[in-house]
Amino acid sequence: MKIIIAGNGKVGMMLTRQLSTEGYDLTLIDANQKVLESSEEKYDVMSVQGNCASMEVLEQAGVREARLLIAVTNADEVNLLCCMTAHGMNPDIHTIARIRNPEYTDQIYKMRELFALSLAVNPERRAAIEIERLLKYPGFLKRDTFAKGRVEIVELRVDAGHKLCNVALNDLTSVVKCQILVCAVLRNGKAIAPDGRFVLSEGDRIFVTAPTDTLTTLLKQLGVITHKAKRVIICGGGRVSYYLAQMLLKNGVSVQIIERDYERCRHMATLLPNASVVHGDASREFLLEDEGISDCDALVTLTGVDELNMIISLYGSNCGVPQVITKLGRLENNTMLDSLDLGSIVSPKELCCNTIVRFVRAMKNQTGAALAVHLIADGQMEAVEFLVDEDTKYCGKPLKELKMKKNVLIVCISNGTRFQIPNGDSCFRKGDTVIVVSGAGKVIYQLNDIFEN
Amino acid sequence: MNYKMMGRFIGKILLVEAVFMVPAMLISLCLREIQACRGFMLSLGVILVIALALLGISRGSRKGFRAREGLVCVGGSWIVMSLLGALPFYLSREIPSYLDALFETVSGFTTTGASILPEVEHLSKGILYWRSFTHWLGGMGVLVFVLAIGSTGGKNTGFTMHILRAESPGPKVGKLVPKMKKTAEILYLMYILLTILNIVFLLIGRMPLFDAVCTAFGTAGTGGFGIKNDSIAGYSPYIQNVCTVFMLLFGVNFSCYYMLLIRQVGSVLRDEELRLYLGVVAGSILLICYNLRGVYATVEELVRHVAFQVASIVTTTGFATTDFDQWPGFSKAILLGLMVIGASAGSTGGGFKCARVLLILKSLRRNVRQILSPQKVQVVRINGRMVEESVLENTNAYLSAYVIILFFSFIVVSIDRFSLMTNFTAVLSCFNNIGPGLEAVGPVCNYGAFSGLSKLVLIADMLAGRLEIFPILILFSRSTWLRH
Repeated sequence: MKIIIAGNGKVGMMLTRQLSTEGYDLTLIDANQKVLESSEEKYDVMSVQGNCASMEVLEQAGVREARLLIAVTNADEVNLLCCMTAHGMNPDIHTIARIRNPEYTDQIYKMRELFALSLAVNPERRAAIEIERLLKYPGFLKRDTFAKGRVEIVELRVDAGHKLCNVALNDLTSVVKCQILVCAVLRNGKAIAPDGRFVLSEGDRIFVTAPTDTLTTLLKQLGVITHKAKRVIICGGGRVSYYLAQMLLKNGVSVQIIERDYERCRHMATLLPNASVVHGDASREFLLEDEGISDCDALVTLTGVDELNMIISLYGSNCGVPQVITKLGRLENNTMLDSLDLGSIVSPKELCCNTIVRFVRAMKNQTGAALAVHLIADGQMEAVEFLVDEDTKYCGKPLKELKMKKNVLIVCISNGTRFQIPNGDSCFRKGDTVIVVSGAGKVIYQLNDIFEN
Repeated sequence: MNYKMMGRFIGKILLVEAVFMVPAMLISLCLREIQACRGFMLSLGVILVIALALLGISRGSRKGFRAREGLVCVGGSWIVMSLLGALPFYLSREIPSYLDALFETVSGFTTTGASILPEVEHLSKGILYWRSFTHWLGGMGVLVFVLAIGSTGGKNTGFTMHILRAESPGPKVGKLVPKMKKTAEILYLMYILLTILNIVFLLIGRMPLFDAVCTAFGTAGTGGFGIKNDSIAGYSPYIQNVCTVFMLLFGVNFSCYYMLLIRQVGSVLRDEELRLYLGVVAGSILLICYNLRGVYATVEELVRHVAFQVASIVTTTGFATTDFDQWPGFSKAILLGLMVIGASAGSTGGGFKCARVLLILKSLRRNVRQILSPQKVQVVRINGRMVEESVLENTNAYLSAYVIILFFSFIVVSIDRFSLMTNFTAVLSCFNNIGPGLEAVGPVCNYGAFSGLSKLVLIADMLAGRLEIFPILILFSRSTWLRH
């Protein structure tokens, strides 16, 4: 399948990595020759230098044979124009555009219709939704939902003195007194698919599958006091801040936004009448003190500079803020960050990428496509949800009788109302959805891919 | 340095070499050429043992190359492949000296066609076949072949770009389609089809099958090993004309053929390099014909010989139908010029490449204009598209390296007591992968008389010329082997 990616920035690069590993024919378009060259040397792709909205460049990139165009340049208008032009040249092409300007948010569905877009992605809005979900359950570093939001894979950190420290996975149920399954462990930057004898230790980051309604029980059992955030400080007044503040204010949470640029402050104050917008440099400790960092419920750092976000988050953790969320835009390798107390890490780029990859996979096989795809454990593993249909093999057979590929694990079987963390005797039937966790690099396109031939 | 991965690659290349040696062995076997057959069997044994050993010890290698490793891998592969490819000549005792056998093999793989043999017709058929086949394999590049058949797999398969760049000639090498494997497949498919077409046309002219296949190999790789002492001169005018046309065809950038396949005829016709290439050929033919008027009996004969020689030299093939060493000075001067210019980038031919000539001329023109109006911002364009400054810089660097290597090789080769013209054209001819030079290395002579040192230098020149200098040059750089 031929795919064109227009714009080889952060998201473009990440998509290139993911999609070229999965074996698609990729052609990249960017105005910057240097960036293209480095991509060509890293991945098996072709590149065209130029303006992606120009017909000549699109022609060169082979738009007429391509099945999909992903426009992720830094300008919304260019993305849209690029998709429209491509659509004009090849009516059968699917198009995905990244649209991030808040002014377009409300009209995004209309725009999809008008411009015949297959998908419009707004990374900042997605990031804001993600952060808002995290704020609902302090204690989890990351939440990925499946089965229409009723099953989740959550990330937890095992700190010294934590209840789970030095517990073998076989004894887990007796400690937390609810049905959960640890599907992956990140230890020293390496993802491990654990078995029952695996013993958790300090510093591990674990990925737990659980039905959403047991999450509260889980937190209670783990001794994490959960009360929903009532007062949130947001550092940085960018697009994510705007979306997030809007959502939080709707839920009656009080929001303080600290932004360095005065004009931006005025803009935010106009857009968000109920938020308190403060003009100042969030990296100054006394300003944070003045704004009451010591008695807020959550600190979210969303400035455009990763390093600054990290520093402010560290300071927040130090001051004893119960929940800290850090946005990182650039850092690829999170191994180094494990040792830092940054709280949850949210990456708009990764979220955007996940959405697009899911769409691409669904395009590849119309039937049996994944319902949800999430990268977990720093992208080293992948959790995918599938619907069991008539083509699925081994329906109704107990799992212990099935031969599955190495490093593949079925972590949840659900039939709409009932959720089951499977054991050897469980089985799946037609109409169920199953969540499968696999080591990355091993792409599972269909449910049948998990079985050993 | 990822030595394991390089070992793995070289192992694969040796396996390919071994597989391609089998037909030659079978020919020897069928014709009961006992010596040659023994030679092939022994060589096959040695190559297989080394290949399997390399593949054995390099198991579980980390995938992926950096630019440096890609270059070293390409340079190293070609040297190992040549060292082992020379074994059949040596072990069958048909070329008694190993250095001579190596010279002949390198000359084959690099598609030079310079020979040390005074009597080609004495060789057995199996050996002759292998000798011609090295041209075919070297023409498109054996590493590209491995890319076409092998699964490179792994996470970041972009490293194959370094290999394509290092092995394919031209200032700016790109893929035809997004996937490297597919690109390599397309290149080889077009190459094979053109070769078959060439064989068919030769067979129509009643050339014996064996001769047709060997000649087609020599033409396709733009190599120039003949299987007769007088090269192509003994064949009919029709066959000579077929050779002229096909030599010129193999000197064209293969991406032009791909463009034709996907029906973009317009962009092929507008291609500036193709125009330059055809212009140079046409101009040279006209000038030499004028210079040689009256030398040959008929106009047809004149044009046929001149066109053949021009095609042979400009595509760096090196076949001959007449002894152009006897031509007057002006004609020889033009041929010397053609030797340097060479074929198109992305073809199987050697030389400096028309694309580079075009770039150098255009940047020169720009520099002159810059002097006249210093404030003016000017870009160099090819086919209407801007050329990156880095490409121009690389081309200039290539020119410098080209001249320096040419000069030093010339000095060393001059130690042997041949004439100035002989020494110069010997180096020029080997470095540009042509074959024949002038005077003592003219089309009816050979390289057998040079000393061992000169032969070594010429071998290095041939390799450097075929791989476009840097993959070979980098092997001699200390910083290549330092740990960073």
